[in-house]
Amino acid sequence: MINQNVIIAEGLTKIFGNFVAVDHISFEVAKGEIFGFLGANGAGKTTAMRMLCGLSTPSSGKATVAGFDLFKDTEQIKKSIGYMSQKFSLYEDLTIRENIQFYGGIYGLSKKQIQEKTTYLVEQLHLQNYQNSLVKSLPLGWKQKLAFSVAIVHDPAIVFLDEPTGGVDPVTRREFWELIYDASERGITVFVTTHYMDEAEYCNRVSIMVDGRIEALDTPKNLKKTFNSLCMDEVFLKLARKAVRGE
Amino acid sequence: MKQFFAFVKKEFFHIWRDKRTLFILLGMPITQIIIFGFALTNEVKNSKMAILDFSKDAASSQLVQKMSVSKYFDATTVLTNYQEVLPVFKKGKIKMILVIPQHFANDLQHGNQAHIQLICDGSDPNVANTLSTYASAIIKDFQTAIVKEQKLPYRIETDIRMMYNPELKGAYSFVPGVMALILMLTSAMMTSIAIVKEKEMGTMEIILVSPLRPFGVVIAKAIPYMILSMVNVVTILLLSVYVLDVPIRGSLLLLLSEGLLFTITSLALGLLISSITDSQQVAMLISLMGLFLPTTVLSGYMFPIENMPLPLQVMSNLVPAKWFYSIVKTIMIKGLGLSYVWKETLILIGMTVFLFGLSIKKFKTRLS
Repeated sequence: MINQNVIIAEGLTKIFGNFVAVDHISFEVAKGEIFGFLGANGAGKTTAMRMLCGLSTPSSGKATVAGFDLFKDTEQIKKSIGYMSQKFSLYEDLTIRENIQFYGGIYGLSKKQIQEKTTYLVEQLHLQNYQNSLVKSLPLGWKQKLAFSVAIVHDPAIVFLDEPTGGVDPVTRREFWELIYDASERGITVFVTTHYMDEAEYCNRVSIMVDGRIEALDTPKNLKKTFNSLCMDEVFLKLARKAVRGE
Repeated sequence: MKQFFAFVKKEFFHIWRDKRTLFILLGMPITQIIIFGFALTNEVKNSKMAILDFSKDAASSQLVQKMSVSKYFDATTVLTNYQEVLPVFKKGKIKMILVIPQHFANDLQHGNQAHIQLICDGSDPNVANTLSTYASAIIKDFQTAIVKEQKLPYRIETDIRMMYNPELKGAYSFVPGVMALILMLTSAMMTSIAIVKEKEMGTMEIILVSPLRPFGVVIAKAIPYMILSMVNVVTILLLSVYVLDVPIRGSLLLLLSEGLLFTITSLALGLLISSITDSQQVAMLISLMGLFLPTTVLSGYMFPIENMPLPLQVMSNLVPAKWFYSIVKTIMIKGLGLSYVWKETLILIGMTVFLFGLSIKKFKTRLS
């Protein structure tokens, strides 16, 4: 399944004033891959992700996302990606159905497609009895799963997840990852930033950012071997200790 | 286009779900019109008046009679001496006392002049002023009648007519003013809050990542409020015609179009506010301080602009409501057409284009 690179970044840099938030990062992400993007707070991972989503213009460097140039084809890129931020991407005063329909609508899905998607998602998430309840009445874990499903409602090539599982219990996190695996099996590339090292283990490959640079990039297994560690936690700590930048 | 409608539909859901705000939005024009139309009127009707009649002759009772039958005064209290004047005012019910000195009829018929004293409760200068004007008018009328009876050769009658508003109804100026205020509030404040809310919730980022164009997002957010505002315009017009008896003398179509234009101006202001702030509270504060205040104070419907110091007069030109107020007054009350309001209309269009341009420029696709 892994046959082509859907994200190619070469020397991507973002400078705010005289602060280099992201410092010449280069990497590739293959189709269908689950790519973990790790880093301490302030390491620059959110900034890097925002650049790839078209929310922030890179100061220099090159990148293609879903085969489109980051500088020239922003509109094309927007159609090919999904995005879930650490804040909630759902409307609390809309029902579950209405949220799915809205996001399907703004991605230009046809009425029939929206209908099918809604039914499918509601079933997949076991929300049949709640589909007409307002989102604000749902528990946090459900909201996050729904937000993820809504982010890929238009079957994008890539979905960007910015710390998607903040604040939920390990069981719900596990369930959330089942959805990620499911999406990955359908060929959707998953680009995910996280704080949780147990989640890092679930990724196909992991990159660790320190002070705006990518310090390590490999499969979790190889990383553990290279850094002579038992778990990803240890790998991360060994790398993150080198950071000069504070929070 | 389909994406656009999906967005507009979602906006309607937001408004519909928030019943309390919807209720306030649609109820505001009704309460405002009723408050301004009835409670805050500067017309004075049936004011309690006391009579201190020292002469008690035919002429004086005729004058008192004339005062009582007018709809402005209710002359029921009768005093007997000056000592009672202060206590009466202290009670606060009586707003004016008519004092007729002794030999009033005699002085009228034989002397060159007769005196009458009007004592007003000056603690509310506006009311006192209005009352004394009304009373003077009635006295003048009385005098004319007497002069006529005696068939004197010279007679000067002053006939004052108030053009457009013969009864000097306060509602004639409040209706256009309330309209400007309501439109400004619903359109500008609500739009700015609705947009800033998406920023606060974090949904704005998701929308900016989607293929929707930022311009489309902004317009889609504004459209429901535009429709609400037009509903409010119609409510205000219906109330003013059927409840306050304020006529629509000019073209209704022109009036509605100007209403739409001003709504769009207000929406543009709302967009600008939303583009310079990130929190709902700040958006609300800016809307209230920056729009509500100038709209009430500097649009000319509460305080005449001609009486303001020059700097304020210059500043008032920057207030869109001033131009709209003038347009509505001209069309509704004077019954004139576009040829009399084209200048104001052009100014509003100019302001709208400028504000839209500025806010679109500020509303950046890429947040940083």
